[in-house]
Amino acid sequence: MQLQDFPGITQTVPIDQTGVEERVARLNTRSIKKESKLQALKLALSMIDLTTLEGKDSPGKVKQMCQKAKQPHSALPDLPHVAAVCVYPPMVRIAKNELKGTGIHIASVATAFPSGMATLQAKIDDTRYAVGEGTDEVDMVISRGEFLKGNYNYIFDEIAVIKEACGDAHLKVILETGELLTYENVRKASDIAMHAGADFIKTSTGKISPAATQPVTLVMLEAIRDYYRKTGRMVGMKPAGGIRKAKEAIQYLVLVKETLGADWLTPVWFRFGASSLTNDLLMQIIKQQTGVYQSSTYFSND
Amino acid sequence: MADQSKTDIQTEKIGGRTTKPSSPNADLISDFNSFWQYSEATESAEHAEISESYGHFINGEFAEPVKGRTMKSINPSTEEVVTEFAEGTSEDVNSAVAAARKAYEKTWSKLSGRERGKYIYRIARLIQERAREFAVIESIDGGKPIRESRDVDIPLAAAYFFYYAGWADKLQYAFPGRKAEPAGVCGQIIPWNFPLLMLSWKIAPALACGNTVVLKPAETTPVTALKFAELCRDAGLPAGVVNIVTGAGQTGAAIVDHPDVDKIAFTGSTEVGKIIQKSLAGTDKKYTLELGGKGANIVFEDAPIDQTVEGIVNAIFFNQGHVCCAGSRLFVQEGIADRLIEKLKFRMESLIVGDPLDKNTDIGAINSKEQYDKINKYLEIGVNEGAEIHQNRCELPENGYFCRPTIFTNVAQSSRIVQEEIFGPVLTIQTFRTADEAIEKANNTPYGLSGGVWTDKGSKIFQTGSSIRSGVIWSNTFNKFDPTSPFGGYKESGMGREGGLHGLYPYVNLK
Repeated sequence: MQLQDFPGITQTVPIDQTGVEERVARLNTRSIKKESKLQALKLALSMIDLTTLEGKDSPGKVKQMCQKAKQPHSALPDLPHVAAVCVYPPMVRIAKNELKGTGIHIASVATAFPSGMATLQAKIDDTRYAVGEGTDEVDMVISRGEFLKGNYNYIFDEIAVIKEACGDAHLKVILETGELLTYENVRKASDIAMHAGADFIKTSTGKISPAATQPVTLVMLEAIRDYYRKTGRMVGMKPAGGIRKAKEAIQYLVLVKETLGADWLTPVWFRFGASSLTNDLLMQIIKQQTGVYQSSTYFSND
Repeated sequence: MADQSKTDIQTEKIGGRTTKPSSPNADLISDFNSFWQYSEATESAEHAEISESYGHFINGEFAEPVKGRTMKSINPSTEEVVTEFAEGTSEDVNSAVAAARKAYEKTWSKLSGRERGKYIYRIARLIQERAREFAVIESIDGGKPIRESRDVDIPLAAAYFFYYAGWADKLQYAFPGRKAEPAGVCGQIIPWNFPLLMLSWKIAPALACGNTVVLKPAETTPVTALKFAELCRDAGLPAGVVNIVTGAGQTGAAIVDHPDVDKIAFTGSTEVGKIIQKSLAGTDKKYTLELGGKGANIVFEDAPIDQTVEGIVNAIFFNQGHVCCAGSRLFVQEGIADRLIEKLKFRMESLIVGDPLDKNTDIGAINSKEQYDKINKYLEIGVNEGAEIHQNRCELPENGYFCRPTIFTNVAQSSRIVQEEIFGPVLTIQTFRTADEAIEKANNTPYGLSGGVWTDKGSKIFQTGSSIRSGVIWSNTFNKFDPTSPFGGYKESGMGREGGLHGLYPYVNLK
């Protein structure tokens, strides 16, 4: 399989920036109240990829985070658990032990995350290592430099070969939209990634600003919709980085609902790459159930 | 794709969802509703005070009609009576014009521009302060979704007052080297599609130039004009400067035919516009007419397709299609026609039709029974002409006048639904091959109010846009309004311009 098998996908799809932003602004006026709000908050919680990706990550920190993943808030044992925890490859085994039998996935970044500045062989090795450690999902980065050069074949092949290295593991392809600069590039990268075999497309590493934005997410959701309607294959979406408030999370869910429909409103097909979002969701869930806000000190910072 | 079971994360804890994601290659019909439906989000109407009955507002006071006849305004989403209001006769119009004349001669035309400006600014601020009440009433009385009355109608109405307040003391700069004298008493007749907004288009420039007005709102949507009368009183506007006379066509005719009216401003149907123009022939009354339209929305194959779909929705389904400048004729270049129509149909499925007061409603109620019947008649005509009809599948409320968003394909220039203004959420779609063909079809209409061009290429925008004979052409957007921009039509879409500097001309006599 190569890029030439899909003629036309590297052609620029014109995208009007103002139009995208207006569409998002209009969807942001949706008023989510009462039962639908509580439902959305719980849904968003269940879609979180709880993430720690720092040089100073320790086994202890990963264990703590896994505990949070299993039981986001001890005062509310009936809440859904998060979808996955996302760590560097050397932490996969630790997380794996902690999460046995919970149904929570392990996601591992790979391919010289976050810059992707490494040889293809190093990226393949990185991926194989993570998969060997038992990760369920691999979050790879694309080579933005090659993309901006117009070397689309490289991007396609890179994704395809990593997909192969993933075996049964799910592949999320991080486009790092903050470095792609235009919505048209985002669309093109999304199309290439999906055709090359991505199970998910993901906005950002969280290491570059801007990270996920709603307009970028809308462009990617529209790419997923068009790809699905053409091929019948569903592809997941993960905005990552910069989403901190429950209100924003609900706005993202509205984007998904009104672009792709109800089928994508599950952690199988939509994820939030976020950590601090968890506590705001918990706070809002409690507010919704009791009518009052609790102090942020009642929520664990893991 | 990886094994499905591997990603089968448990979801039973989340809001009782039972449906499973569709398997690949299941039928690709979009499903926007089976899971996570938005709960009701109804805007409270408690703070909106509507009296049980209203008289005319003449000389600063509400007055019972001389002959005592009344009409009822109906909430089109519930078919309940909103209020009862006076039906104006020539006696009522006489006293309103007399009050306006007196106010014109004694006070308003004598005030300095700066003083007039202060009053108009105050009106603008009061509209902003009471925006929520006005928005709710507009939605109750006219059926438009609260999202639009809240985000478009009322803020824009305030913006027009702010804008023209600014001109009041600067008329010498608007007309350098000339003296701009007010026209006198203005008779103004406005339509039911944007009641308060159309009122602002009429009253703001009139007052700024030193005129006094007698305004008649439409008989299906009189309430915000009457609330505006209260607001004028609260603003301390001198009595008689703004007079509101309610009623239907005969009341309007009495205003148009009144010998002491100096200028007529009318927004409404081309049919009535022609009658008005006939009765004004041979008089020295100034007039502006803003009439019907059948806007052409032209989409080239290099258009940003997803944003274009959004623009088409906005062009024809905004305010239930009750927009004189609606983009009701869509012309799509053949190369992308199928793809675009498929996307449009998909997008239509997520439109929410329902209670105008619900903040999530996209399309509210058709303004009146009469208009509802008219739209349905046109749907029937379209089908009988052999056009292919497509409507979204949403559920409609049981009561009230609701119409599904509708598109017609397989139509031609000779189809009545392509030629005649329907004034509802009904779009006709035709294809073209070259720009010349699109321009020719776009211009092949007695109307000339609005148009749109969608393309990624700047030169094509100017080439095509400047060849379409319409008062306004939008490019890669639609239905955008701004007080600084003149608005009006060519051909049977009207005479004169409202808004912007151009909007001052009809209200002054230049010396």
